[in-house]
Amino acid sequence: MSDTETLKADLLAEVEAATTLSALDDVRVKALGKKGLITAQMKTLGKLSPEDRKTTGQALNILKGEVAKAIEAKQADMADAELNAKLLSEKIDVSLPTRPESEGSIHPISQTIEEVVSILGEMGFQVAEGPEIEDDWYNFGALNIPDDHPARQEHDTFYLPGTGEHGRKVLRTHTSPVQIRTMMAGKPPFRVIAPGRTYRCDYDATHSPMFHQVEGLVVDKTVHMGHLKGTLIEFCRAYFGVDDLPVRFRPSYFPFTEPSAEVDIGCTREGGEFRIGHGDSWLEILGCGMVNPKVLENCGIDSTEYQGFAFGVGIERIAMLKYGIPDLRTFYESDLRWLRHYGFSALDVPSMVGGLNP
Amino acid sequence: MKFTLNWLKDHLDTDATLTEVSERLTMLGLEVEGIEDRSQGLEEFVIGEILTAEKHPDADKLQVLTVDNGTEQFQVVCGAPNAKKGLKGVFGGAGMYIPGLDFTLGAATIRGVDSNGMMLSEREMCISDEHDGIVELDADVQVGARAVDVMGLGDPVIEIAITPNRGDCLGVRGIARDLAASGLGTLKPLNIKAIAGTFDSPIDVKLDFPEDALDACSQFAGRLIRGVKNGPSPKWMQDRLNAIGANPISALVDITNYSTFDLGRPLHVFDADKVTGNITARLAKSGEKILALDGKEYKLDETMCVIADDIKAEAIAGVMGGEATGCTEDTVNVFVESAIFDPVRTAATGRKLNVMSDARYRFERGIDNDLAIDGCENATRLIMELCGGEPSNTIVAGHGPDWKRAIEFRPSRVQGLTGVEVAEAEMERILTVLGFVVNKGSAEKWSVDVPAWRGDMVGEACLVEEIVRVNGYHNIPHVSLERPDSLPSSSLTPQMQKRRKVRRTLAARGLVEAVTYSFLPKAQAELFGGAPESLQLSNPISADLDVMRPSILPNLIAAIGRNDAHGHRDGALFEVGPQFSGDTADAQMVVASGARSGQADVRNWMGKDRKVDVFDAKADALAALKAAGAPTANLLVFEGGPDWYHPGRSGTLRLGPKNILANFGEVHPGVLKKMDVKGPIAAFEVFLDNLPKQKNKASQARPLVKMSSFQPLDRDFAFVVDQNVDVQKIVRAATGAAKDLINTVRVFDVFEGANVGEGKKSVAIEVTLQPVEKTLTDDDIEAVTAKVKAAVLKATGGELRG
Repeated sequence: MSDTETLKADLLAEVEAATTLSALDDVRVKALGKKGLITAQMKTLGKLSPEDRKTTGQALNILKGEVAKAIEAKQADMADAELNAKLLSEKIDVSLPTRPESEGSIHPISQTIEEVVSILGEMGFQVAEGPEIEDDWYNFGALNIPDDHPARQEHDTFYLPGTGEHGRKVLRTHTSPVQIRTMMAGKPPFRVIAPGRTYRCDYDATHSPMFHQVEGLVVDKTVHMGHLKGTLIEFCRAYFGVDDLPVRFRPSYFPFTEPSAEVDIGCTREGGEFRIGHGDSWLEILGCGMVNPKVLENCGIDSTEYQGFAFGVGIERIAMLKYGIPDLRTFYESDLRWLRHYGFSALDVPSMVGGLNP
Repeated sequence: MKFTLNWLKDHLDTDATLTEVSERLTMLGLEVEGIEDRSQGLEEFVIGEILTAEKHPDADKLQVLTVDNGTEQFQVVCGAPNAKKGLKGVFGGAGMYIPGLDFTLGAATIRGVDSNGMMLSEREMCISDEHDGIVELDADVQVGARAVDVMGLGDPVIEIAITPNRGDCLGVRGIARDLAASGLGTLKPLNIKAIAGTFDSPIDVKLDFPEDALDACSQFAGRLIRGVKNGPSPKWMQDRLNAIGANPISALVDITNYSTFDLGRPLHVFDADKVTGNITARLAKSGEKILALDGKEYKLDETMCVIADDIKAEAIAGVMGGEATGCTEDTVNVFVESAIFDPVRTAATGRKLNVMSDARYRFERGIDNDLAIDGCENATRLIMELCGGEPSNTIVAGHGPDWKRAIEFRPSRVQGLTGVEVAEAEMERILTVLGFVVNKGSAEKWSVDVPAWRGDMVGEACLVEEIVRVNGYHNIPHVSLERPDSLPSSSLTPQMQKRRKVRRTLAARGLVEAVTYSFLPKAQAELFGGAPESLQLSNPISADLDVMRPSILPNLIAAIGRNDAHGHRDGALFEVGPQFSGDTADAQMVVASGARSGQADVRNWMGKDRKVDVFDAKADALAALKAAGAPTANLLVFEGGPDWYHPGRSGTLRLGPKNILANFGEVHPGVLKKMDVKGPIAAFEVFLDNLPKQKNKASQARPLVKMSSFQPLDRDFAFVVDQNVDVQKIVRAATGAAKDLINTVRVFDVFEGANVGEGKKSVAIEVTLQPVEKTLTDDDIEAVTAKVKAAVLKATGGELRG
């Protein structure tokens, strides 16, 4: 082994053996410093023959490079180890809870209205709205419910003391007056839905003095009861997310439609558990019919030229059925536990194409 | 409306089963609400006869009976006071389940005597509450026969809902007619025959109305039947009345009720001997009083129609008879009334007096307009059959209402309006069975006469409905609605989209959406601006919900209080909904309101807890406004808010000096105290309707983004100003000092103290300069800094802090 090789082995061993940065620096000074071993060797080159000088010089330069690289590498290792040791000393209990955040929610009534709008919007319905304090005529008269009509008794109307241009002020008992206002303000064809608050003077387990409805209206020259049936069957199936949901139309009576129907959906109560879909039972969910020609005429629409259909759905009712909410009255109690349990995430925006019933 | 299956079969010839009848009724629009099979669980009980009844050797109140059940004899210990030899009643043997006692009978020994069965009371059979003694049946019933058959319990009771237009189905006959039209059997003929009178009624009838009230009673058919013997009605009639929940009273009264339910033809019977002089149908006199059959006295007015004798009103027409002339067990001469009263007047009278009766229910929905005379004849027959007697000639006053009318009907409209194909022959059949008369003037247009019992038929659409209804709604085709365009356009108006964004923004900020009533207690409304007289409900559901809300906040605050009372603290609620300042359409506005309570940051291990304050409310309000598209950078903050806010910790956000877009602040502690809710509560009200209307944008393109390639730099300033100077002023002055360079101004310190001087405060701001065209030189920076200082000092009158 040549001297150079011996020196290399010794120096690399010393680099390896150094355990602190200062020890390593000592090695550096010992090898590469002005008075270091390699420097000393370099100084002896002048005494050699030109040929030896060349080979030895090359060997020393390589040695110098290798030792310097080893020291650098060792330095980096030691810095890493030191950082790691420091980081380990900063260890924290990650099982601790996060900073407090509060989560909000959307009320099931808002969510349900948006669901209904997202379905019927795909069918080309536009949303309309109107005042909740109505003149009697818009709520009753225009809808073919005269003062003495027995149907009026069933509406349990809230009255206000004032009188408007079109009769006594009432809290609207349904969203149907929006139908009237829409038809009076525009020209057919119409395809609108009107979701909103409605009021009836009634309070028990299944009645609330305030509740929500969505009213639908289609008027053109040829739309018939088959379209009404198609629209509502498709709506019910999309809303409840049951492709083959049985839907039944039964004759009924509303002063503002003729013919009139009530719509039932299939359900089962097998084993005490209520489920929507095929089953042995029917559940009434909405009322509908062909717009009574008198209503069209009341709104200045020629009933010999135009015809249409209308329907009204109880928002809370369909929300209760879909989401298994047992009691109507709890919708308005603002109990935080209830709101958080039955509410929806702010970002859960209903959309037909986005998937309504994930 | 209730009826039994056998009752229906009096009018309908059919082999249909109960299930078929029930399903068909529902599909005809006569929705079945319930079917009651009263024989259920009672099938095993038979008629038993007590052969012997001896006193129990060891108990005073017990007897030992021998009971024959038709095949065997049993010893029975019985405690019923009415048990006696020869009584026929209902026997239950060992092993049978007694529904009213909820146990299965076994052989027993009662005080040392064996008992192998029991005689039952009605309560023990679960058919009534009667428990004074055991069931006592007529002497001629067959021992061993099934009790349910003998007691008339085998006939199932069907209850249907009748829509207000179907007065004709408030009698069993009308229901049978609908079923017949739908093909479920044939309607049997009614065959009411005129019964000749043998004398003239000593009581005459006249109608006495002013010209404008002639229709109050348009027809009155009546007659006297003398020498009747009133008593209990026969068992078949009692069974039917019992089955539908109408109490049998006496034969004469039961006949009127039977006619009401059977034909939908209410009647009244007067005890003729209690009637003074003649009968007049007239309007009541104001203040006239009558003691009605329900035992109550009613005060009448001149809008009401009464049946009177020469002295006073004896019946409220179409609503209820009077006590004074009512029939009793002792009645021997009876005067029958079969009249037609105006539906509207009858309804109004009933409403005013708050009386509901089976008669009123039918008259106000419209009865058969051609049945006054036949109704009287039918009643005469029943009275003579059940009570004997001799009828007078019938008196008929008035001609009845003008009910005859023809409706033009185009058969093509059935398909046009409903999409259903129905053969014309079938249309004609349906209408005919329903009682219409079809006159085919031409193939395109028929003239259809409406029967006297269908006052609800007013136009062509009504006839279409009849045909489609009877033909079955299941035959209506399912047709998808064609969309006018291949893609749907937005369903929501810009206002609605705005509300949706606000709602979801607030929820994302941690507020929980509530939906609360639009009405609230007046006292709470007063705390939040008050509600005018016009918003006070005339008929509130309760005193707690008597006015329309002038603000949503009281409802949210009350809800927070309720939650807090249940131990659910720190509630944060919002609602986007209406509030009202008057009863007109433009006095209703949509507001997004919210309230946070208690701790904003709850206790946690890494930071401090913090109570909610005005800046939580301000942040919510600004976030809502931003979501709604309001120009939040241009908003002015005004100190102070409405009375329900803390006067020193509230403000309004305005667009211009007058247009208030939002209130925010801590809720006034005095208001919270009055509402008994714990504070602090920070609340906001964002008036979405006050936002400027968005113009229809031609393009959704945004202005080109400006991204300077030069480094921004920050400079800090501290000013000492008077305590009452708004920090907003400093920020605005600084921002405006060099609009082209100053990017943001951030307040990072505000403090008051002795070292800044009495009545002063120090405000420190960080101003970020964003060079646009070139790197700023020291001179440039110096110039901007000087501008900022000058602008702020000028605006505030303060001084630079050394």
